This record gives sequence, structure tokens and C-alpha cells, in this order.
Amino acid sequence: MHALRKNRPLRRVVLASATTVSAVVLLLSLKPHTSPSLALGASAQAPRGGASAPASSGASPAPGDSSAPGGAPATGGAAKTATGETVQTRWGPVQVRVTVKGGRLTEVTALQYPTENPRDQEINSYALPQLRREALAAQSAQIDMVSGATYTSTGYRQSLQSALDQVHG
Amino acid sequence: MGEGVRHAEEVMGTVFSFDVRGGESGAVRAALREAVARLHEVDAVFSTYRADSEVSRLARGELTVEQCPPEVARVLALAAEAERVSEGWFSARYRGVPDPTGIVKGWSVERAARRLAAVAGVTGVSVGGGGDVQSLGVPEPGRPWRVGIADPLRPGGLTAVVSAAGAEDLAVATSGTAERGAHVVDPHTGRPAVTDLVAVTVVAPRLTWADCWATAAFARGAAAGLKWLESLPGTEGLLLTADGEVLHTEGLAAYIA
Repeated sequence: MHALRKNRPLRRVVLASATTVSAVVLLLSLKPHTSPSLALGASAQAPRGGASAPASSGASPAPGDSSAPGGAPATGGAAKTATGETVQTRWGPVQVRVTVKGGRLTEVTALQYPTENPRDQEINSYALPQLRREALAAQSAQIDMVSGATYTSTGYRQSLQSALDQVHG
Repeated sequence: MGEGVRHAEEVMGTVFSFDVRGGESGAVRAALREAVARLHEVDAVFSTYRADSEVSRLARGELTVEQCPPEVARVLALAAEAERVSEGWFSARYRGVPDPTGIVKGWSVERAARRLAAVAGVTGVSVGGGGDVQSLGVPEPGRPWRVGIADPLRPGGLTAVVSAAGAEDLAVATSGTAERGAHVVDPHTGRPAVTDLVAVTVVAPRLTWADCWATAAFARGAAAGLKWLESLPGTEGLLLTADGEVLHTEGLAAYIA
């Protein structure tokens, strides 16, 4: 029991990093004009440990990083950073970095994302900050669900509830 | 512990999110598939966007209530009750024909949550549908479900976080103009409700009612809406005015996590 307890924070850190990286990659690989069903199809496949999602190669932290696996327990410790591998999405390469401190997600940064055309850049200019903010808000408030004025399917994709479903998914 | 079965399903023009804790995962997944199938059935029967739905045919006078699936009579009876309790501020009629759209989503979410909670070994269920949430039991020992209330003025931010305050059942419903614009109709005039509110969140044990009361309080406006919510037993409310003022019922504090 004690050993299990002790291991939990570490495992959480790994899971948080892995699922968040994959969730972020999944979200980045969706453009606002893709159909909601496509978006959901992708999110439904986001696995608990980031093991078999389409973006799974990006879900595991890169070996050379000072990240969670094998690292010191994160409780109260220094910030740990995990950088995902570059993942080829249908829109272009995506790479993200997450920072976890004290078992909590504290930063999400997109290192690489599609910028081929002006539309990509326009989408990224609002999608990336929003995604980052929502992933952080959901996690820091430790909430399970979100109540808000009726989400349409389109609205859902950019909502806190969606970020929550994916971070936990 | 703490690991659950999660799922997101697009249905009724929105997205339903499921989080089920405890129980044998095969049994939970089977119940989840069943619950999702029921939601699609409800959409096929109740959608006013589908010309061939029973409710559309009922509105055109092609069917009687008795000729519809039994859920239709059940939901219309619930809607009539909501209309009575809300003193006419909630209505399941639009331009004179039956339109139970305003109650169907909350009722469906609550029904799905209760069916999932009945699966052997399940200790906690939380189901959200288009921003309305029904939670039952607990997500893990010693911790209640926590529901964030989205801040309509700051996308991605939260106005408050509510939790069950020791109760087994927690429903949180929000009505407002944040995303769909002015879609709440004043049943007395048939026109978009003239309200000084941006959003109303209602906290109660059952989502079927919480959803209706949020709509009714929103249509009533800040002062009258707050006073009416205060009069309902076991029901609390958080109201956000267009001026940025936050009003709430006295008992809400017990639910603020």
C-alpha cells in the first residue's frame, strides 16, 4: 500500500505528460474546418497511456530529456520537461513540450506546427494559446466536467470540456 | 482506483462526455454502448430538426401522443410539471406546437447517468451533455466530483467550481447566450427573452429539473430569477449579469469547492 502510494505521483507525471502531449498533438492535427466526427474519432482513440493513438510516437518523451521516466519523484521537486518526438500529422509536422512541476502540468509549448500557408498561421495564432490555456486551466482546477451555456459540436472542439476529455482520455 | 471508462459521443448537435468509475470494465463498456445507443434513439424521436422524428410529426398533427414511443408522453408530462413550477417561464411549446427540446437534453443526460450508475460495482458516474452535467456517487474514495462552471466572458476560464457537498447526486446546468446567442424564448411573448443576464447556472440533485430551472431563471432576469431560485427547495443558483455582477442563492456557498 505504502509502495503503491509512493509510486503514484511519478506514474501520474508520466501519464500526464504522455496523454497531454498526445492530446495536444491530436488537437493540433485538427483544423477548425475538419468535421466534428473526425475530431471525435481522433479523441476517442487517445489512449490512457498514449500507447496506441495515431500520434503515439509523439506521446512518449524523447529519451534524452530530463523527463519523468526514471526521474526523481515530482512532488515538490523541480520542474520536469518532456519533449515529444516530431509527429507527422496530415497537416504537417507537430512537436510539443510539456512541463510538469509537483505532479502538475505547468506549461504546454508547441515547438513545431504547420505553418505552410497563411490559413495555418491564422488558425495557429488563436488555437495554440487557447489550447494551452485550457489544458492548464482544466488541470489546475482539478475538475471532472465543465458546465457552460450550450456547446454546439463545433464549440465543443475548442472548449475546456474537450481539453479535459483529451487530457484525461 | 480513480481510473475510469471515458467516452465522448457526438449526438443531438452537441457532444456528450462520459466518465464512469468502478465496475468491471467489460460490463461498463457494454452499458456505455447501450446508453449511447439510447441517446441516438432519443435524438431520432425528439429532434425538431428532423422532419421525420415523432415529435416533428406530432407537431404537424400527423401523430397523437399515444402513437409516439412512451418516452414522448413521459417527457411531455415532465415538461408540463416544469412549466407549472416555473410559473410559465419554462415552456415545452413553441408557437403553439409541442417542442420539448428544452427538457430533452437534461433528461437524457440524467437517464444515461442513472443507468450507468446501476451497473454492478460502479461507484461514480459523471455525464455531461452540451454543458449540462449529472454526477452520481464519487470519482474516488474521499473525493467528490468537481464541476467547473465555464466563464462566459473569458473563454477557457472558470467562474467557479462546484462539488457535491456530501450529497450523492449533483446536477449542474447552465443557460446563457455565450455560444448560441439569444436562443431562450420568453414563452409569454414568443420572442427572445429580454434579460439582463449573461448566464445562469443551477445546482440541484437532478439534471432534468436543473436544466429547466436554468432556462426559466435566465428568461426571468436577474432579480426575479434569483428570488424564484431561492424559493425552490434543494436548488441553488449562480447568476452572471451583463454588468459583470455575480449573484447567487444563499445556499450555493456549500457547493463551492
